[in-house]
Amino acid sequence: MADSDQGGAFVEFDRVQKSYDGENLVVKDLNLSLPKGEFLTMLGPSGSGKTTCLMMLAGFETATNGDIRLDGQPINNIPPHKRGIGMVFQNYALFPHMTVAENLSFPLEVRKMGKSEREAKVKHVLELVQMGEFGGRRPSQLSGGQQQRIALARALVFEAELVLMDEPLGALDKQLRETMQFEIKRIADDLGITVVYVTHDQTEALTMSDRVAVFEDGRIQQLAPPDELYESPQNSFVAQFIGENNTLEGTVKEIKNGIALVQLDGGGLIDCKPVNVTKAGERTRVSIRPERVEFDKTRLHADAHTLKAEVLEFIYMGDIFRTRLRVAGQDDFIIKSRNAPDQVRLEPGSEIEIGWLAEDCRALDA
Amino acid sequence: MTSVPDTDAAGRVLSADGTPLKQSLNRALRRQKLRALALIAPLLIFVLVSFVAPILDMLFRSVENQLISDNLPQTVVILEDWDPNSGELPSEAVFEAFAGDLQIAISKKVHTRIGSRLNYEKPGISSLFRKAGRQVKKWDIPNDGPYKEKFADLNKGFADIEVWRTIKTYSGAYTNGYFLNSIDMQKGADGAEARPENEQIYITLFIRTLIMSLAITSLCILLGYPVAWILANLPSRTANLLMILVLLPFWTSLLVRTSAWKVMLQDQGVVNEVLVWIGLVADDSRLALINNQTGTIIAMTHILLPFMILPLYSVMQTISPTYLRAAKSLGATDWTAFWRVYFPQSIPGIGAGSILVFILSIGYYITPELVGGTKGVFISNRIAFHILSSLNWGLAAALGTILLVVVMALYWAYDKIVGIDNVKLG
Ligand SMILES: Nc1ncnc2c1ncn2[C@@H]1O[C@H](COP(=O)(O)OP(=O)(O)OP(=O)(O)O)[C@@H](O)[C@H]1O
Ligand SMILES: [Mg+2]
Repeated sequence: MADSDQGGAFVEFDRVQKSYDGENLVVKDLNLSLPKGEFLTMLGPSGSGKTTCLMMLAGFETATNGDIRLDGQPINNIPPHKRGIGMVFQNYALFPHMTVAENLSFPLEVRKMGKSEREAKVKHVLELVQMGEFGGRRPSQLSGGQQQRIALARALVFEAELVLMDEPLGALDKQLRETMQFEIKRIADDLGITVVYVTHDQTEALTMSDRVAVFEDGRIQQLAPPDELYESPQNSFVAQFIGENNTLEGTVKEIKNGIALVQLDGGGLIDCKPVNVTKAGERTRVSIRPERVEFDKTRLHADAHTLKAEVLEFIYMGDIFRTRLRVAGQDDFIIKSRNAPDQVRLEPGSEIEIGWLAEDCRALDA
Repeated sequence: MTSVPDTDAAGRVLSADGTPLKQSLNRALRRQKLRALALIAPLLIFVLVSFVAPILDMLFRSVENQLISDNLPQTVVILEDWDPNSGELPSEAVFEAFAGDLQIAISKKVHTRIGSRLNYEKPGISSLFRKAGRQVKKWDIPNDGPYKEKFADLNKGFADIEVWRTIKTYSGAYTNGYFLNSIDMQKGADGAEARPENEQIYITLFIRTLIMSLAITSLCILLGYPVAWILANLPSRTANLLMILVLLPFWTSLLVRTSAWKVMLQDQGVVNEVLVWIGLVADDSRLALINNQTGTIIAMTHILLPFMILPLYSVMQTISPTYLRAAKSLGATDWTAFWRVYFPQSIPGIGAGSILVFILSIGYYITPELVGGTKGVFISNRIAFHILSSLNWGLAAALGTILLVVVMALYWAYDKIVGIDNVKLG
């Protein structure tokens, strides 16, 4: 599967497996290939093996099985310090006994670069991360966000073509995180570097990446650009993990013209797009995004199936309205509607009918 | 619900009962402080009595010299006018006063103590006083004169100008004589002068103590660093087990450990036997590992090693392994990563360990005494000798004071160079 586009691959995991204790596989059959210049994010819950993958790539762990190739060369036997891969650690790992400038010139010194050249590069990279005046400070004298920038600068200063980042923004507050997401993306685009970025924050993954690899239990569940991931999740784990999502369980009644008719366990018939179901009688879990639910009948197909719903709660959130409904016996069904002048505000207690376009409702694995 | 606090005329904030807030805060704090003080009072008193008082006593003893001026009061006063460099014995008046003072001293049974005290400065005086004691108490003063001749008959020593010079030199209530003695000098005819070559021992001992303590400290760093490093990088279960091995020496008696080294290191000991057996050393040229400096250094390094390993270990535990990874990912080889990134961060541990080991070894006594022979003893062994055998406590106190000052000076220098804030003991 990964061999198909060998020509453009810069980083390649080929059937990689990893076990720490010889009993459990932490990474199971990982296949991944990314071209030069791509920003790839590994997203997944805690313990799903993301850091392990990065460490294998950086050379601090060895793959138990399979090959990792960089620019076509297997790197399993190259020691970490010769791989030339920049790395930003989750806790930054700035050397506390060196100033910012010394931290930045460290990778240049070990490459035996001349003093004047070193100083020029350090100055340049400090400006790149907008930290020009901070060269003389110690890491402990910087704020979290500033340390983060320096850690980034240190991974960039020796002009690594591949930069790995392990939850670099995990310790920052929301506001700063958003600014830094933008900065990292800008710098990566400007320099044209290839980035493998690890996070368990799905918003971060969606806003920054060219492609996102969703990890679970040591496997990639889906590898796709953000929009595809959000709109066309391949299985119920991805659907659950990315964005807000309503799930209903049921049995496939028939599949016709590319539309699956699903009998819900809580009563009611709905139209879905068959993704992981192939024939009538299969169990399925259907997934529908809150913002794709319609309660205005005029905007649905005349022959579309609808469900009865009771409004439980109406929450005003400023830009959107969020309404909680009881649907098919479940009372955690959410719909979101835009706050527009003509938008209806649903009254708690009222009975409505809801529906959707068949392609927005995906029948996934049970 | 009042949110603004009440204030008095001067604008001070008042508490609920009307007293100024500052005042009631102080009162509350004072009560807390008193309670805290009461809690630590037993310890405080204990420290004062058992630690501070002896040090003060030692400082005092190193200059105190009241024995002579208290017990030969008239002699001391009249001796003032005598010039030892004139080449003549003191006048008859001095001898008469001396006879009187001595009779009183004999009746108080302190004349032998005066003799011993003066004997430190001029050997021989002790027996002079002891012998005089038996005769002088029978004399009838002032009718038996002239005393100059009577003393000369009693013992030729009393006709020696040097004896009287010694009495005059040490007639003050305080003296720097002990300190001069401690640095191989003495009070001569014209102030301080060096002692004769064959009596000089203390400077050599001080220097030897410093150099050997430095050697022991360096060896402890060399041996302790890798051990601490291994401990800090093992999983904590294994590390705790191995830590017991490091601490094990603390559970066996110091004497037992030192004696064990005697067995190990002697000519027919385990080490020499093994070396001869594997042919590294010829049977007739066995290594002299004990009763010399080598013995002291080996045994003390072993005994003080835990004091190096413990602070090193606790500092190294706080150094995250990601620093090494970061350095390697930046292109550093294993060695560069260690030397540029890990080692500098472990220096506070080295500092703490070195201070502990150095200060402990500079004052060490038992081990050098047992395995050091004559060449491997420290200044503290000499101090012990003066306290236990020669009973020259003044000299022992002066040596101890110098040792204390040297340690404090080194500590101060360390603070200036490395910074004591950089020392982490745990
Ligand atoms: N050095 C190790 N020895 C043994 N097991 C390990 C080691 N490092 C990680 N693991 C295990 O491997 C699994 C994956 O760990 P990994 O650190 O890759 O997860 P992650 O996806 O990075 O999680 P997080 O989001 O919490 O950082 C976990 O179950 C973890 O317990
Ligand atoms: Mg991780």
